[in-house]
Amino acid sequence: MTITPMKAKHQRLVLALIALVALIGAGVLAAWALRSQASFFYLPADYAANPPEAGRAVRLGGMVEKGSIKTAADGVTISFVIHDDKARVPVTFRGIVPDLFVEGSGAVAEGRRQPDGTFRADNVLAKHDENYVPREMKDMTTEQARQAIEETK
Amino acid sequence: MIAEFGLAALWLAAALAALQLVAGALALTPRGAALGAIVRPVAMVQGVLVAVSFAALVLLFARTDLSVELVAANSHSMKPMIYKISGTWGNHEGSMLLWVMVMGLSGSFVAAVERRLPEPTMLATLAGQAFVSLGFYAFLLLSSNPFTRLSSPAIEGAGLNPLLQDPGLAFHPPPLYIGYVGLSVAFSFAIGALITREVGPAFARAMRPWVLGAWIFLTLGITAGSYWAYYELGWGGWWFWDPVENASLMPWLAATALLHSVSVLAARNALRAWTVMLGVVAFSMSMVGTFLVRSGILTSVHAFAVDPERGSFILGLLALNIGGALVLFGLRASSVTEGERFSATSREGALVFNNVMLSAILGIVLVGTLYPLLAESLGAKVSVGPPYFNPVGAIFAVPMLLVLAVGPLLRWRRDSLSRIKLQIAVPAVLLVGTLLWAASQSVGVLPALGLALSAALAIASLLPLRGRKLRQVKLPVWGMVTAHFGIAVALLGMASDAAFTTERLVAVRPGDVVEVGPWKVQLQRIEPVAGPNWTALRGDLAVSYKGGAITELHPAARTFWAPANETNEAALKTRWNGQLYAVLGQQADGGRWQLRLWWKPFVPMIWYGGILIALGGLLALFGRLASDLKRLVARDKIAYRRARQGR
Repeated sequence: MTITPMKAKHQRLVLALIALVALIGAGVLAAWALRSQASFFYLPADYAANPPEAGRAVRLGGMVEKGSIKTAADGVTISFVIHDDKARVPVTFRGIVPDLFVEGSGAVAEGRRQPDGTFRADNVLAKHDENYVPREMKDMTTEQARQAIEETK
Repeated sequence: MIAEFGLAALWLAAALAALQLVAGALALTPRGAALGAIVRPVAMVQGVLVAVSFAALVLLFARTDLSVELVAANSHSMKPMIYKISGTWGNHEGSMLLWVMVMGLSGSFVAAVERRLPEPTMLATLAGQAFVSLGFYAFLLLSSNPFTRLSSPAIEGAGLNPLLQDPGLAFHPPPLYIGYVGLSVAFSFAIGALITREVGPAFARAMRPWVLGAWIFLTLGITAGSYWAYYELGWGGWWFWDPVENASLMPWLAATALLHSVSVLAARNALRAWTVMLGVVAFSMSMVGTFLVRSGILTSVHAFAVDPERGSFILGLLALNIGGALVLFGLRASSVTEGERFSATSREGALVFNNVMLSAILGIVLVGTLYPLLAESLGAKVSVGPPYFNPVGAIFAVPMLLVLAVGPLLRWRRDSLSRIKLQIAVPAVLLVGTLLWAASQSVGVLPALGLALSAALAIASLLPLRGRKLRQVKLPVWGMVTAHFGIAVALLGMASDAAFTTERLVAVRPGDVVEVGPWKVQLQRIEPVAGPNWTALRGDLAVSYKGGAITELHPAARTFWAPANETNEAALKTRWNGQLYAVLGQQADGGRWQLRLWWKPFVPMIWYGGILIALGGLLALFGRLASDLKRLVARDKIAYRRARQGR
């Protein structure tokens, strides 16, 4: 493993090259991983028109439909519908929802599309308070949702 | 009056920073040399003034002076005193004032005690510190004035985000900021050394304690912040790759690299340009973090307010400071002479490897944090989380930890692995053995690697002490051993949490018993309780470990009324070998209550490890300072003797 001591200039160059290669490697790796691992945000309309592949981590944001929250017999599994004015997506979630998760207000579900088209959430975020609104939900009025759909087309 | 007094002190401090910059710069020219004498006193007074200004703001919050806009918007007269005070920095303006205060105080601290640098480098350093401070003074005074009065006082304050009403908040931001902003000293040192071209072992020895100091606080701040998020959010996780967490991790990674390269520079006079570069990068990462958090450009639990104007201001500062430093580096790097040579298998070689890997991890975290911004500008909304950060970070963390186990055993300059092969055999066997065992337990890949590396590193980190008389081992070596051992401890906690956590999510009636891991948990009753500014539903749980003594746990769901909000108060039962974590959910039909329980074996090791790492830094710091002091005393003695002989 011992490398014969090189000329000073060379060692500096070699070190710089190694560092550069490692950093570029990290960058390439990051770019590649981000393409497959970043979780995309969907509005119900996008979700219906252009569904994400099943099993891929995505986030689904919209309004919780009135009268749609149902609790299963075990007391901890709930199902509800997230909708905008174009589409509705049935969601199931096992866990404790935030207190501010109520029908008729905005929510973001993090999870995966199931092969049957429903959405299974691992986590549900609700409008928390004035200072912490999931970014996508700030513009969750119907008008802006429409704009967002226009933009993402 | 207090508000006006604080504002005046702040303006004065800003004016003194301008004076410090101009005087420091002129003093470096032949004609302005006389000005050099005022730079240190100015820096000290500046620090005192900004501290006075901060104290004024704390006083306003403590008294809940509702004629001040910031107090009215963020405080409430009914809040307990501790949260009135910690509310000072629980908002944008106050936290920026804390930032500027730490910056001013660290500048004045340097001015007061640093005597090892050549005077021109010292002046350039203080001028650099003033330059960076001045930008943040401008930001504070022009766009985020904390002392603005309301035209008519508010009747009652709006209150503080309940998530922040926790002792954790009181303790975690100040050390984090001291660490974050303390790195500005390393930045200014790097600038000073570049300007005067004085990059060498003496410079490294002078810079090292400052880096160490900031790094210790940063480590403690991150550790405390992680624990705070763990129990306050009630999600059972201890790290969420939230942009704000990343914003504190990135300077820590850079500072850790810097800490090691500055040691190479001090001991071996190598890695000169690299060390200076890291000095620039470390504080740049602090500033990038501030930009990400304070601009509101990324959403996170910690982002206070969205304000594009503030974002562009900080972005401008960022470009000016980082861009300026990089241009200076580009101009001067070629004149920073080459350091000593070393072979690849040597202490230096291992440290270089560690530095490159830390930088790669830093790059990965930076890219992952910024990617959502990039994607959004292209029209897609994405978020990046553990599926990206964990595996991609591990690709570089695993080789780094392997080298970390071996590096401290190598000699400086040139060594061979065959010399230490007997020593590293034990950790290597442990590594392979743990991996095989983990594979048989069907543990995931990353947790298995974590467990194996933790076991190997725990032994390997102690090897530098082998065959030495423990009482003669120097403090910095103890520091290194402690910090590296701390990494093994923290890694054990992380891997164990990922591999062995058991979770139960149930809806139960009072009287029902739930088993989670070795615990039996019985819900006894749900009862309402009230606090100073909240009411809560509290669950009374009777828990017992393996049928042993019964203790009570009280998870609760609190409802605050100012501002109206609800939080989940998790209840924790800590044993030496893990933690039981209980969260009370909502009422389900049939008189049942949702209950979420986790048994997390060895999870507290994460934070014990963090504390050990910081303790290692502290030992190294004391060791370095003591030997510096000895050297100074010896030098004075020689000078004194010479003076007597001369007489």
